[in-house]
Amino acid sequence: MSKVLMKGNEAIGEAAIRAGCLNYFAYPITPQSEVAEYLSHRMPEVNGVFLQGESEVAVGYMIFGAAACGARVMTTSSSPGISLMSEALSYIACAQCPAVFVNIMRGGPGLGGILPSQGDYFQATKGGGHGDYRLLVLAPASVQEAVEMVMMAFPLAEKYRNPVMIMGDGLIGQMMEPVFFPDHLKTEQLNTDSWATSGMKIRGSNTRNLVKSLYLDPIQLNNHNLHLKAKYDRMKVEEIRFEPYNIESDYKVLIVSYGTMSRVCRTAIDNLKAEGLEVGMIRPQTLFPFPEATIRDAASKESCQTVISIEMSMGQMVEDVERSVRGRKPVEWYGKCGGEVPTPEEIMEVVHSFVKSARKEQN
Amino acid sequence: MQSEVMFAGFGGQGILLSAKILAHAAMEQGYEVVWIPSYGPEMRGGTAYCMVVISDRPIGSPIIRNPAHLVAMNRPSLEKFAPAVKPGGVILINSSLISVGSGRTDVDEFIIPVNDMAIALGSVKSANIVALSAFVARSHMVDIHVLRECVKEEFSKKPKLLPLNMSAVDEGLKAAENKN
Repeated sequence: MSKVLMKGNEAIGEAAIRAGCLNYFAYPITPQSEVAEYLSHRMPEVNGVFLQGESEVAVGYMIFGAAACGARVMTTSSSPGISLMSEALSYIACAQCPAVFVNIMRGGPGLGGILPSQGDYFQATKGGGHGDYRLLVLAPASVQEAVEMVMMAFPLAEKYRNPVMIMGDGLIGQMMEPVFFPDHLKTEQLNTDSWATSGMKIRGSNTRNLVKSLYLDPIQLNNHNLHLKAKYDRMKVEEIRFEPYNIESDYKVLIVSYGTMSRVCRTAIDNLKAEGLEVGMIRPQTLFPFPEATIRDAASKESCQTVISIEMSMGQMVEDVERSVRGRKPVEWYGKCGGEVPTPEEIMEVVHSFVKSARKEQN
Repeated sequence: MQSEVMFAGFGGQGILLSAKILAHAAMEQGYEVVWIPSYGPEMRGGTAYCMVVISDRPIGSPIIRNPAHLVAMNRPSLEKFAPAVKPGGVILINSSLISVGSGRTDVDEFIIPVNDMAIALGSVKSANIVALSAFVARSHMVDIHVLRECVKEEFSKKPKLLPLNMSAVDEGLKAAENKN
């Protein structure tokens, strides 16, 4: 199991190939362009398809087309590009096609900036596109985890016949870390004969498959939505992933944080522990489904005075944290965006300030 | 134990590459490593910088406000980052391009004319490797023998450049020894 030093974006590209994905369509945008750069020379080496679309809108529908044919397919982009793909995401989810989307987030809104951000939490977990659909959203905190999540994303997309999104940020894409590619995560693709438009001759079938997202009959559309909802409810039972940190201590403060931001929090928690203040953390690895029960249980611990959602946004995940805690403890938010990544020292000050204000309220 | 170094200069000085070779050497020694480039607007024609963090346990924050060491290849980098270096760290100053000191008395200031040394070896392009080798020999952040192997591996893809860069490693090492 030898490790190689790789940039996050390149490792994401290699992970897709190791997972058996031989179709990649994309349009360049900082800070994820190295995925496309890497796959533009790697895909031909493995007889795969690399295709640069004329726009993100086009790429979204190329993904739809390939997925509808039953191909393993991935695209990568960054925030404004994902906005342009969001229409296709809604169609793909409605048509129940498996596909993997990677968002290496940059600062927004609008064209924003090119530095790391987590401002697309709502877009990924609550919609982006129209209608009642959900994405299964995975959030890596290291290059190694990005590799593992890309490899896991394909079987998950196929299990649910639904798009899976990986939410990294500019730092995950740009930094280098030692990685290894766990080949045991490579899975055989599920049989698509029952639904994919893969060709009657090829699959030796007499029945035509139809992939569509139009249901003009209201009863049919309602039933289709109920079917989709059942899949999303199943994700909430079977796919929740999270990592606890320092949760066995008698923590006064519980942090909820994901991705790069959670690593900064981890350092702050270590430093605070050395100072004598215990802080616990739940790091959601899936943003949808969200680890609601885990966060509620962790907040309910007697020693816990305050829950803080720390994110590189103006307060998005905090709404899910509030929903999870259900008023049992005060829920606060701290964040920065636009490419400013809070430092461990800043997080320590924030934690101290909330411990003080919690004490004041008790007196 | 965690240690960090900031490599800084301007675009074209090989900042990202020398940082990557250091990160590679640390990985070969079994350390956890993060290599963080600047990819913001400042890399388009301004200061290029890159942080390498090495640790014997998983690395938390990739954002470091106060690195242990600094390798400054031009004056704006020295002025920008010298005040942030932790006391006791090494600040390598490329005196071929920087005519001032760091203004710090609580650090190990290591002043060598990196560009002139590289030009004497045959090409200014090897200045980054001279600086890398001298820095490693001075700070002991990684084993110099492992570093040498990593430089060899990096340039084995471009065999024409290999002899130049191997002598750059020797030259950097020599400079560090002479200053002790």
